[in-house]
Amino acid sequence: MKALVLLSSLGLISLLAEIFSFKKLLYPFVLIGLVATFIFNLTDWNTNITYFKMMHYDNYAVAFTSVILVIAFLWFLMSESYFKEETSLTDHFALILFALAGTVIMVSYTNMTMLFLGIEILSISMYILAGSKKDDLGSNEAAFKYLIMGAFATGFLLFGITLIYGSTGSFDLTEISNFVTSHQGTVPSIFYAGVLLMLIGLSFKVSAAPFHFWAPDVYQGAPTVITAFMATIVKTAAFAAFLRLFSTSFASVNDTWVNIVWVMAALTLLVGNITAVMQTSTKRMLAYSSVAHAGYMLLALLAGNSYSSSAILFYTTAYSIGSIATFCILNIITNAKGNDTVDSFNGLGKSNPFLAFVMTVALLSLAGIPPTAGFFAKYYIFTAAFQSGFTGLVLIAIVASLVGVYYYFRIIIAMYFKESTDETITVKINHKILLITVAIAIIALGLFPDFIIRLL
Amino acid sequence: MITLLLIFFPLLAALLLLMVKGEQVKKIALGAAIIEFVISIFALTQFQYNANVQFEASYAWIRSLGITFHVGMDGISLLLVLLTTFLVPIIILTSFNTNYKNPAIFYSLILSMQMALIGVFVSLDGFLFYVFWELALIPIYFICLLWGGEDRAKITFKFFIYTLAGSLLMLLGLIYLYQHTEGTHSFNIDALYKAGQSLDAVHQGYVFVALFMAFAIKMPIFPFHTWQPDTYTTAPTTGTMLLSGIMLKMGTYGLIRWLLPVVPLGLDHWGNTAIILSVIGIVYASCIAIAQKDFKRLIAYSSIAHVGLISAGILAANVQGMQGAMVQMLSHGVNVVGLFFIVDIIQQRTGKRDFVSLGGIRNVNPQFAVLFLIVLLGSVALPLTNGFIGEFLLLNGLYQYSSWLAALAGLSVILGAVYMLRSYQSIMLGETNAVTSTFAPLSGNEKTVLVILCAAIIGFGIYPKPLLDIAEPAVTKLVEGVQTALGR
Repeated sequence: MKALVLLSSLGLISLLAEIFSFKKLLYPFVLIGLVATFIFNLTDWNTNITYFKMMHYDNYAVAFTSVILVIAFLWFLMSESYFKEETSLTDHFALILFALAGTVIMVSYTNMTMLFLGIEILSISMYILAGSKKDDLGSNEAAFKYLIMGAFATGFLLFGITLIYGSTGSFDLTEISNFVTSHQGTVPSIFYAGVLLMLIGLSFKVSAAPFHFWAPDVYQGAPTVITAFMATIVKTAAFAAFLRLFSTSFASVNDTWVNIVWVMAALTLLVGNITAVMQTSTKRMLAYSSVAHAGYMLLALLAGNSYSSSAILFYTTAYSIGSIATFCILNIITNAKGNDTVDSFNGLGKSNPFLAFVMTVALLSLAGIPPTAGFFAKYYIFTAAFQSGFTGLVLIAIVASLVGVYYYFRIIIAMYFKESTDETITVKINHKILLITVAIAIIALGLFPDFIIRLL
Repeated sequence: MITLLLIFFPLLAALLLLMVKGEQVKKIALGAAIIEFVISIFALTQFQYNANVQFEASYAWIRSLGITFHVGMDGISLLLVLLTTFLVPIIILTSFNTNYKNPAIFYSLILSMQMALIGVFVSLDGFLFYVFWELALIPIYFICLLWGGEDRAKITFKFFIYTLAGSLLMLLGLIYLYQHTEGTHSFNIDALYKAGQSLDAVHQGYVFVALFMAFAIKMPIFPFHTWQPDTYTTAPTTGTMLLSGIMLKMGTYGLIRWLLPVVPLGLDHWGNTAIILSVIGIVYASCIAIAQKDFKRLIAYSSIAHVGLISAGILAANVQGMQGAMVQMLSHGVNVVGLFFIVDIIQQRTGKRDFVSLGGIRNVNPQFAVLFLIVLLGSVALPLTNGFIGEFLLLNGLYQYSSWLAALAGLSVILGAVYMLRSYQSIMLGETNAVTSTFAPLSGNEKTVLVILCAAIIGFGIYPKPLLDIAEPAVTKLVEGVQTALGR
């Protein structure tokens, strides 16, 4: 809750910056604010306070909020220039901070109305940010597509919430769960329809196949930094919300959704990975890879056992850190070379060994090769799914990760094997700090995952 | 403690190497590898000749999942660690011939690979084993990708994907076993053994297949060998030596430590198939080797034949077969490194390695001819060379399992002699031609390497007892355990 208050206040202060003209101070101020929020957020650990039966700030919420704040801090380090190049400076700060406030609600809600509010606060900020490159056609297209598809998904979600309210008489997660267990066999059938509609709505948000079609276009069209935000923070929050709902309210009716999610997970893994292979644009490839990673996380959701929440927590952390690094480097390369094809990485191993090294570590992590964080994340998800008996799905996931290796390694091969065009690329100091931190974090998390997974 | 030193010293050296610039890198790398060898010799002097795991170290690692950093060595592990620490300095010394670009990274990758290899051989925790197993793949991938020959991107990539597929199946098998361990689950090797043996025969069979695939691809065994000839041929000689001399032994070691004792009933079910595949591989690879025109490729195929015999001997699950496998792993490591070095020497001097354009080198350089001959005789398992002991024991072990299969596998000795002697004939004997007439004398480094290897070949051929003794108690214990479980 402290995090929510602090983030909202930071957002409001950012808006004031335009009026009281302290725009230049805003960037460091927001960074400090994020650190402070992170610290205050930690003080909520083990307190388990429920606010107005709307939000329950349990360890699950604190852990996910902390991860989101860390990623957000790294994201700000990556995106400094984004805040400089535009004339309308402060509204971007405010929108990002409001989006973060939305994610905090999404990881801590205990009431469906709060889920809806959280998703909307996040999404509306993202619609605007996706279109923030106003003179760029792709950016406008992305914003428009995102808005239409997002509204569509919200429609499904609201419809689902309505049906569930209609059948159980409550928005509260635990009350819904109690209602279902106490009315075994007499639960009205519209309840199940509601569950499925909510499933569709949330699948849109996490871009799980077959509801993923918006993601590649939006990810490609939006400014790269915003894509990075969507691929990391938005996805983390969406999965946290997804899991919270399905592990509490809908856990007892899992017959209704398990088979559907099974098929969705398999489809997401295969479609995401296989389509990524065919991309020439790195940004679009990473978009499909982001779809594919949602597939792995669906495995943990499906498993629905004691591993699930820590598996998703670890996976989102590992995946977000790896993605921040790849998007940051992609952004640097795109700015230097003017395009984002895989060929633009040619010879990076020679022209800038540092960038190539960090990119390699990040890609190895995304591909799930030890000793990186991505490996342990995959391992942990497989264990969770195996524990609940989804052997077939784990086999599909293994095949999918082999396909994943194929396209991640295309970049590695381009960097080290193809000839360089001998352009020197300068890396700004904030990016250097970010990339070094991220590379260390990827390996450290891979070697010592325990301190994250024992949180939940 | 000494085990930890063996694992982490090469890593430390690898990291330090990255900071060194210039020509010194080679020598520092060599020095580090020699120090590592001395450490392993020290371990050998401290070793008690019994079946127990020694030099054990265990630390909590990922506590909530029962994963520990648990390492230690029994005789089997120690022998393979010795092989690794013996071969790595030699492999580094062979690379002195060539000037590789970015030497700091090159040697750093070799040493980090050494770390992973030793880690594989000493791990006593399933998860740790898997991590080291995969870790070994990354340096060799980059060695092949950055310094390999023509078409390397494609070929090394096939190699990577192929072995990764096997590894992931193994991971699946390990997770399955992990979930059948008692109480709060654990990856400890004893817990995994217990879990595996408590499964019924059908499920042991599944686990057997999952684990066997990983090892079969790594070795490689027919029909999972298709990555190997291309990779061996394209990789830089140093990489080929690491792959064939040491990395291949990860697969055979895996069979011994992580397959037979884990799912003995699976062996009952699938063992015959696996042995038949191995024997097919022996004959098939030998026949293809005969048809090769390129010497490096020929050795690659001969390696498939040799490793097929090793795996057949292990899967026969008796003491002779297993002991033979231990000896043959060492011999094959020494011999194959020697052979690949000879290819390298010839290629450096003549730019060729196909039989048609070579010939008559013996007339120009008799010294080289003698050393080549010794290595070659070791490889064709002539009595009094190291190859003989291993092949004899292996065939003996296989004979106890099935005389027919042993007879077929015995063909490898004959066919091996055919292709090896024929290649010697066409490279060394005959008329000297324009390409070979200027064959330069051996340099000091080259001589040192070949003499050390030849001494090892003859020394262990005449008096193999010290090597046999190290592993014997551990092998006997392991085989007894497997046979009790099988009810033989």
